[in-house]
Amino acid sequence: MKKTVVISALAAALACVGVAGPAWADPVDEQLVIDGETMITRAKAPEGHPFDEVLSGWLFRTVETRALETDSFTNPGMLEVEEGEAIWNKVEGSAGKSCASCHGDAAESMKGIGAHYPKWDAEAKRPINIELQINKCREQNMGAEPYDFDKGGQKQLTAYIKRQALGEPVSIDLSQGDLQSWWEKGKDLYYTRTGQLNLSCASCHEANMGKMIRADHLSQGQINGFPTYRLKNAGLVSVHNRFRGCIRDTRASFPKAFSDELMALEVYVTWRGSGLSVETPAVRQ
Amino acid sequence: MKLTRRHALGLSAGAIAFAATGLRAVPASASVEDTEKRIMEFTGGKAPESGKITLDAPEIAENGNTVPVSVSVESAMSGDDLVESVMILAEGNPNPAVATFHFTALSGAATATTRMRLAKTQNVIAVARMKDGSVFMDKKEVKVTIGGCGG
Amino acid sequence: MAAPKPRVKVPKTASAGEVITIKTLISHNMESGQRKDKDGNPIPRQIINKFTCEFNGQKVFECDLDPAISANPFFEFSAKVNESGTFKFTWVDDDGSVYSSENQIEVK
Repeated sequence: MKKTVVISALAAALACVGVAGPAWADPVDEQLVIDGETMITRAKAPEGHPFDEVLSGWLFRTVETRALETDSFTNPGMLEVEEGEAIWNKVEGSAGKSCASCHGDAAESMKGIGAHYPKWDAEAKRPINIELQINKCREQNMGAEPYDFDKGGQKQLTAYIKRQALGEPVSIDLSQGDLQSWWEKGKDLYYTRTGQLNLSCASCHEANMGKMIRADHLSQGQINGFPTYRLKNAGLVSVHNRFRGCIRDTRASFPKAFSDELMALEVYVTWRGSGLSVETPAVRQ
Repeated sequence: MKLTRRHALGLSAGAIAFAATGLRAVPASASVEDTEKRIMEFTGGKAPESGKITLDAPEIAENGNTVPVSVSVESAMSGDDLVESVMILAEGNPNPAVATFHFTALSGAATATTRMRLAKTQNVIAVARMKDGSVFMDKKEVKVTIGGCGG
Repeated sequence: MAAPKPRVKVPKTASAGEVITIKTLISHNMESGQRKDKDGNPIPRQIINKFTCEFNGQKVFECDLDPAISANPFFEFSAKVNESGTFKFTWVDDDGSVYSSENQIEVK
């Protein structure tokens, strides 16, 4: 009996392979319009990029998931962006300041800013992203404790700041400091296979982009919408959390958030999405 | 996609797992019975007819945590032609109750949308109870997928 | 969890007898009672169990919520507006807290 089961299962499997064929699904040919503003979801790739065209992860999602992002009212990630706004205006630390004390109205002072990070931090001699820039401000200017990774209001404030760049095309200036060498290091990491599954970032997001991994439609793994609202988490997910999650899923031990490895990866992966609009908070599965 | 030996192995392993679960005799789930019971309580023992009510939900939900669901019932929403309540049930959830909407003449139209959690692929059911006591039902299967590596 | 904060979208104006669309969203975990913590102990249920919309004191729309409603409950529904007035929205938490929001509409 047992033997028959296995044999018939194998037959079923073969039938499955025969009928299903290549598990490929096109990214949709649609425009992402958020509150009336058209986003760039397809951009010509920068020189040296493995793809001709850079594609937003939005194009790979189902119609219902895509719809959630098109209206800043129905986008559940906006609840946390609003929390970020409250943090922006909240006085903390020994200097008695809030973000707003120095930077005023974020809609003006932070307009477009989020599209151009990571930048080079000449003092620390390493790249700096929005999260680390917030921490630096808190320590140096506010006399407040820096946020622990993903704690306090780090995701919410980061999302609020990045939201002020909604629609702005991602572009980073690799000529700053040593950013180019961090880009190189990030590229090495992107193509390095890790874990028991022996997968690199590129195994899924480059070599198999557009195909199905189980029931999931593999995108280019762009980060222009981070912090992003994941339906799975029912909340915002930071980019370093996603990096760590992806590496963990290859069954590998994973680097710390904001470590040299993940900062290098953020520089490189941000560059891979050059030209795409900032979509923060994007809505993904 | 080029089909390599590794892919074929992976696919057949998946199919075996699938086939194995398929072969197991599945007893009628407690939730399905519970769903029936709840419908009868809601309708006062009346078997609902089809028509008038439309349930809208995705065929495939990318994540069971947040699945949009809409109902709309044909009604003038005035006088005696009024929809009192619409109950939504998910017969494969540990507890099939999802939500019950209550309308009034001030609703203007008997339509509502919310977002629900589905534990697995299953039937979602909407039952409408009208002011005149008639009851209508619509049903839709929603496939709930699991993610890539993390699931 | 930060204190639940309601968001409501209601048109500012309408014509008499118009059927308008209302959208509401509130931040809430909607803890289902089905989950366990790291030590394996069940996490007690805590959800918003009732949502109501009233206009000038009269009931427009109501919903009984069960734990199968997603985190950050969202509703979209309609209302027939015959006169200018105030919409009142309330969300009732399992712990007894009530969150509310009021919005004016002008009928032209």
